[in-house]
Amino acid sequence: MIRDAAGRLGFAPSLVVALLAATLVALVSITSGAYPLALGDILSVIIGREASDPVASMVLLEVRMPRFLLGFLVGAVLAVSGALLQGLFRNPLADPGLIGVSAGASLAAIAVIVLGNTWLGGWLAMTGEWALPIAAFLGGSCTVLLAWRIANRSGQTAVATLLLAGIAINAVAGAATGLLTFYANDEELRSLTFWTMGSLGHAGWDDLLVGAPFMLLALLAAPWLARPLDAFLLGESVVGHLGYRTDTVKKAAILVVGLGVGAAVAVSGLIGFVGLVVPHLVRQLLGASHRVVLPLSALVGGTLLVAADSLARVVVAPAELPIGLMMALIGGPFFLALLLRTKVI
Amino acid sequence: MVLSVNNVSVSLERSRIVDGIDCHLKAGELLMLLGPNGAGKSTLLKAISGDLPYGGSVTLSGQELGQWHPERLARQRAVMPQRVEVNFPLTVEEVVQLGRPRTAPGSGKRVLDELMNELDITHLRHRLVPGLSGGEQQRLQLARVLAQIIDSPGDRLLLLDECTSALDPAHQQMVLDLVRRLAKDEGFAVLAVVHDLNLAAQFADRLLVMKAGRLVHEGSARDVLTPELLETVYGFTARVVELEEGYPMVVPRRRGRSSAYTAPLNPSCRQAS
Repeated sequence: MIRDAAGRLGFAPSLVVALLAATLVALVSITSGAYPLALGDILSVIIGREASDPVASMVLLEVRMPRFLLGFLVGAVLAVSGALLQGLFRNPLADPGLIGVSAGASLAAIAVIVLGNTWLGGWLAMTGEWALPIAAFLGGSCTVLLAWRIANRSGQTAVATLLLAGIAINAVAGAATGLLTFYANDEELRSLTFWTMGSLGHAGWDDLLVGAPFMLLALLAAPWLARPLDAFLLGESVVGHLGYRTDTVKKAAILVVGLGVGAAVAVSGLIGFVGLVVPHLVRQLLGASHRVVLPLSALVGGTLLVAADSLARVVVAPAELPIGLMMALIGGPFFLALLLRTKVI
Repeated sequence: MVLSVNNVSVSLERSRIVDGIDCHLKAGELLMLLGPNGAGKSTLLKAISGDLPYGGSVTLSGQELGQWHPERLARQRAVMPQRVEVNFPLTVEEVVQLGRPRTAPGSGKRVLDELMNELDITHLRHRLVPGLSGGEQQRLQLARVLAQIIDSPGDRLLLLDECTSALDPAHQQMVLDLVRRLAKDEGFAVLAVVHDLNLAAQFADRLLVMKAGRLVHEGSARDVLTPELLETVYGFTARVVELEEGYPMVVPRRRGRSSAYTAPLNPSCRQAS
């Protein structure tokens, strides 16, 4: 049976469908673009033979593969981070974007770009090629902690306070970003636009090498939090009653989100809506248990982002739409439709 | 002694809510905690549940609460808070399963089925929790809480904060009857905060009465539920009737016609009538 007794999709069939969809989208993403590739070329490169067309092999290995892998990882990390935050805050509105994590990460990255030659020279010297992802990671973690502290003063998460704090953090980060933009020179401005609208256009193996370890670490750590996060859905005090160390769980979730979102923002800029829409969709179809929500959010998030990226490359070819823009264009209306259809969020 | 509370005090925002409470609970004993709103009952329960920092000492099976390993403690002590709000689409069955500790042996399916049966929620097992009524949710939460300790070895402490407040009279009887059976047959030590004096009289072995953070009386229902004590603690007048069943029943007196509640607010109305 596809549906269980509660009328929800079963975990195993959904996993199979999601994997098939991911494979399909992967093939479409790898073959489509300014230089079309044939499936035959891909097959021959995969089994280790020289493709008939040397350019095809280069495009596949140096451009499409890293871009697909990076896109999939970023989508998976954003969706899983959204699911973690929603569980932690017991609120389906929580999202790395809404509470300011992405803005914090992006601000830190932009600060490194603009001030790297002057005030932050020491930081660059200290961290080398890791300067951007580590800065983005620290920026992301600090903002999660700040929002958490503000919303948690009374010992219980005040949801309205959390969202208001997010708005304030977003505003301050936005203003600071604006200020940095104001001081940036032309070359810096070009890389700034990349951050604010999100893009996988520059994705190469270097980015993957720098961002992937953080993102993989976040993805691998998330399942450990599934059970305690389920307990969080019953209330924060219940987590302790059930024998979990509440504070450790909270800190671990925040660390994972800061790590993942920081790295995702570092390699792809600001991409909204994945973290909000994907876990929401998965919960509607499969229920709220994190043991189901986390793995499927990762798969669906990755697939969705790669699909959006392929579309962004095709609609205005040979130019490209920024992926952040594309995501908001798809995610916004989709989310509204979902809200209109559902009674329980 | 399963639970020993010695000179426990809790302060919240600089005011002392619980002030030097002592109480002791044996295995198989059902103790009910009474008192007017704001007496500090729930706060005391939260301190024993580990939700609030406290002064003094609370021991479970002779070991201070802070020295227990959290996972082991969860096998011996279960807590039902006053309110549990579930906003996410979890099913009844999933929530009951959440109560089952990771360290418990086996899948526990038989235990969970039995508990859902006892609490009359088996027919709801595939329903989503946010769509349930208040009483159904309360029974579900009790099932989850019991799943935590029902088959643990050793001393077991059950803390209940107004666990029947949303239930109809039939389910109130059903739930408290189950709790009493668990105390008598399984040896649970139960500490329950209640407001309904008659349910307390019917089910408790011993009553504790709190007022303004202090323990003001302790004893059997017959000792505690007297017109004088109700007057001083709650400020209302009542008759106490001895029932054939062997426990007292509190019957509040209706206020006279001259009381502030029944007098017309506007004096001219009285003249007109």
